[in-house]
Amino acid sequence: MKVILKKGFNVFYSLPGFLWLFVFFIIPTLIIVVFSFLTPGLYGGAEMPFTLSSYARIFSSSGFWNILWRTIYISAISTILCLGLALPVSYFIATSKHKNFLLNLVIIPFWTNFLLRIFGWMVILGSNGLINSLLFNLGIIENPLNLLYKPWSVVIVIIYMYLPYMIFPIYSSIEKFNFNLLEAAMDLGATRSKAFWKVLIPAIKGGIAAGILLVFIPALGSYAIPQLVGGTEGAMLGNLIARELMVSRNWPSSSAISVVFLIITTFGLFVYLRINNRKVKNLKYVLRETYDIEGKENE
Amino acid sequence: MTIELKKYSVQLNKVTKIFDENFVAVDEVTLDIEQGEFFSLLGPSGCGKTTILRMIAGFEDPTEGIIYLNEKNILGIPPNKREVNTVFQNYALFPNMTVYENIAFSLRLKKFSEREIQNKVMEMLNLTKLNGHENKKTNQLSGGQKQRVAIARALINKPTVLLLDEPLAALDAKLRQHMLVELDNIHEEVGITFIYVTHDQSEAMSISDHLAVMNNGNVIQMGTPVEVYESPVNPFVANFIGETNFFSGIVKDIKTIKNKDKYITLQTKRFGEVICFMDRAVEIGSKIQVSLRPEKIKISTKKPNVPANTLINFLQGKVEEAIYLGNQTKFTVDINGQYMKTFKQHIRYLLDEKMIEWKDDVYIWWFADDSYLLDETGGIKK
Repeated sequence: MKVILKKGFNVFYSLPGFLWLFVFFIIPTLIIVVFSFLTPGLYGGAEMPFTLSSYARIFSSSGFWNILWRTIYISAISTILCLGLALPVSYFIATSKHKNFLLNLVIIPFWTNFLLRIFGWMVILGSNGLINSLLFNLGIIENPLNLLYKPWSVVIVIIYMYLPYMIFPIYSSIEKFNFNLLEAAMDLGATRSKAFWKVLIPAIKGGIAAGILLVFIPALGSYAIPQLVGGTEGAMLGNLIARELMVSRNWPSSSAISVVFLIITTFGLFVYLRINNRKVKNLKYVLRETYDIEGKENE
Repeated sequence: MTIELKKYSVQLNKVTKIFDENFVAVDEVTLDIEQGEFFSLLGPSGCGKTTILRMIAGFEDPTEGIIYLNEKNILGIPPNKREVNTVFQNYALFPNMTVYENIAFSLRLKKFSEREIQNKVMEMLNLTKLNGHENKKTNQLSGGQKQRVAIARALINKPTVLLLDEPLAALDAKLRQHMLVELDNIHEEVGITFIYVTHDQSEAMSISDHLAVMNNGNVIQMGTPVEVYESPVNPFVANFIGETNFFSGIVKDIKTIKNKDKYITLQTKRFGEVICFMDRAVEIGSKIQVSLRPEKIKISTKKPNVPANTLINFLQGKVEEAIYLGNQTKFTVDINGQYMKTFKQHIRYLLDEKMIEWKDDVYIWWFADDSYLLDETGGIKK
């Protein structure tokens, strides 16, 4: 039986999705964009007339640039370290006989509340915390080290929180990888490490790109982590937005920061899509592969 | 007359491979593969043939025994340092590279100049008839083309030995025949040793200089295709290589004809007395098994005119099954309760000649020289 859809009906079927996106994504985003061009109200909120003063205010403040720069480098370093950790771990899991067990070990921390896990790190890094008391008892230090409220304490906790988001896409692309290719490369004279770089890494670059995106963008938007373990030295853009909104009660200014932030993340997304677009171009060959049109020699 | 010293390119000396401490994949296999020959390892899946290939390539180490390449022990040498290249079962082409880059892979690793790379790749493209496809990605190729890229990529290094792991398994029957001929041509042109792993007896028969039939990690029989087909050592080989009929009996008498050839008279349960050529030593009174290829048996509705005391066996039976195959008809003949398979070639088709049909009474006969005695012990020589 053939189902023929009238053209008008296609719109009808996509309506619920469109409504959902419109109400919960487009409208709030537009409100933020509009607010960023308004004048701050006396007790919060935003009032007419339209002005660019919020943008002028944040762009002229050195604090904003410092925090923006810090947000980017903390996120970038965390992402790079996550990648460095996730590659060997996912390779190990994908080639292990106990895949399911090891994957569960990666998932288990998610069963605990996000905030509780951050508090856990405060206990570990605190001045009377696990690391300090261990070092003290071993006689290595006399006075506790300041491990909390530094940019790199934020880096450590971001890595801990987002590592699984890097592991899973890389793991799934390694799992699909045809390990015969490594053998083929070695058969043709490549050392083990050459075979990894020339054959494995190009084959799993989709997974790596997805992992980078899944870690970098949430890391940019971190709020709770720098709030709890970052202090002033480790504050990020999310904290600045919250401070503008709750403490300074300057809604337009916090909206303007959000808009800048939105542009940065969208840029990241575009880079990712650029990388993936190449695959879309090959779609017809992917289809050919899937339906296995073989044996037709064009000689 | 000159005496030619045979040179071996690959030798296995009592090679054993045990996986997980209890699964014996390869059991004390000894093989001598001559330089430049096309050698096949033939056997059902799981018989250890691929494991042998992987040990020669260096992906597995034997648990015991030594492997020689050009008469040098190669154990402990990693795969990338062995002068051996492999054509993998599912081609294992690098999906992120073009055909050209796939073929050039090993030359790039060896840091050849761009000019040399281009010359050699072009030479390989010519050899494998892939000209014009060099800039395609591997997923734009058909199965047969992928196969050629895999062969070109493996041959560009000019290895001492080319290993082929069921290279045609993924192709359809017609293309497989075509590629088989092409492989044979390539082998002739490059002149290096090819070791070919397959479970398809017709592939191995048609292309090999020598072949080894394997089962359960053992080499059961080794020889030229003719030797293995015409005188299999045991029922496994007889049945695995082509079709055959088995029957057994007790040796009643051994006689010598023309002071030269010995024949036995076999007392069988259903066929009465049968004369067989004695191709290996047997004793009077022992029970033995005989194999007889279907194509050696003639079939007719008319009683053949067989003079007494000739070396021809003839029996009477009923056609149980007749399968028309176009060029020939395959018959199963019931002889006192035992089935014998035979073929009749349709050399001439005459409308007025009555074809043999189902339930017809027929005579079958064969020459005593055409059957062979099988080794009941299994024929495993260590």
